[in-house]
Amino acid sequence: MNAWTTVAAACALAFVLKFSGYVVPARWLAGPRISRISALLPAALLSGLIVTQTFAGPDHRVVLDARLAAVAVAGVLLWRKANFLLVVGAAAATAALLRLLGWH
Amino acid sequence: MPAELALPEARRKEVVRQGLSVGIATGLYGVSFGALSVASGLSILQTQALSLLMFTGGSQFALVGVLGAGGSGASAIATASLLGVRNGLYALQTSQFLHVRGLRRLLAAHITIDESTAVGIGQEEPAAQRLGFWVTGMAVLAGWNLMTFVGALAGNALGEPETWGLDAAAAGAFCALLWPRLSTGDGRAAAVLAAFIALLTIPVVPSGIPVILAAFAAVVIGLARHGRHERADEEAGLPGADPTP
Repeated sequence: MNAWTTVAAACALAFVLKFSGYVVPARWLAGPRISRISALLPAALLSGLIVTQTFAGPDHRVVLDARLAAVAVAGVLLWRKANFLLVVGAAAATAALLRLLGWH
Repeated sequence: MPAELALPEARRKEVVRQGLSVGIATGLYGVSFGALSVASGLSILQTQALSLLMFTGGSQFALVGVLGAGGSGASAIATASLLGVRNGLYALQTSQFLHVRGLRRLLAAHITIDESTAVGIGQEEPAAQRLGFWVTGMAVLAGWNLMTFVGALAGNALGEPETWGLDAAAAGAFCALLWPRLSTGDGRAAAVLAAFIALLTIPVVPSGIPVILAAFAAVVIGLARHGRHERADEEAGLPGADPTP
């Protein structure tokens, strides 16, 4: 898929999702089961993203590299209630430094 | 709108100040999105189009994260859209006090994000709810786009993304987005199950698919915990839990 097609489709779908809440009767979407699942969707997806961003290597291999150390640093900083930008910056710096030292 | 005029001046200023401060704070994170987006291979123009037209931070990070990791466009769109489902649920709440029609409804829908919803429903009076929603949404839209541009320019100038650890920065951003959602037992259970699903499926399915499979953790935990933790679940779904739009 062309990059512009991906961007356009993602933008269109994001808007449709936002707009649906203004036109669809609340009772269609607000059942206890649906709302419980959709409340948990972000946690599941973000966790899945962290794992793939950290462990996925070339040829579908699971690899341990500088990214794991970066995520560990991010975790510690979040536990210490650090700000979003500090967490992101420290993760990048950790990986960059380890790669500079030769650990990829 | 006449309804806003009914709000006392002091109260009005207070709500506007709250909305603007949220807009500035959130907008700053646009720098990291801009840099990561160009690192994933998108152009500056495509990056800017996402911040202007998609305008939902978590989904934007997910889209460029999956693309940058070599996932297909379809899996990137699916992941981003699943993350965007929550905005539709926010809209169910904001539509209760906004009462918008026509063009205003289209604009209101576009700025229905974590922050505008959180500030809106956080006010007591309906006039303050409307004011808080609009000021916050527009302030975040402006700040997020401005800083995305700054980040995209910076990212473009950096060159090879791995040298600067930008791939690891994406993982760090997802950690920061996930963190507030781990405050409930169900959130933690869904996150742990999702992590296992993703880890086990990386070797056997195309890139981008493990994340979509991980979404089933929400279905499993959501159904398994039926009738329990009702309060905790509502808290997990609170808007504003994410530090980006």
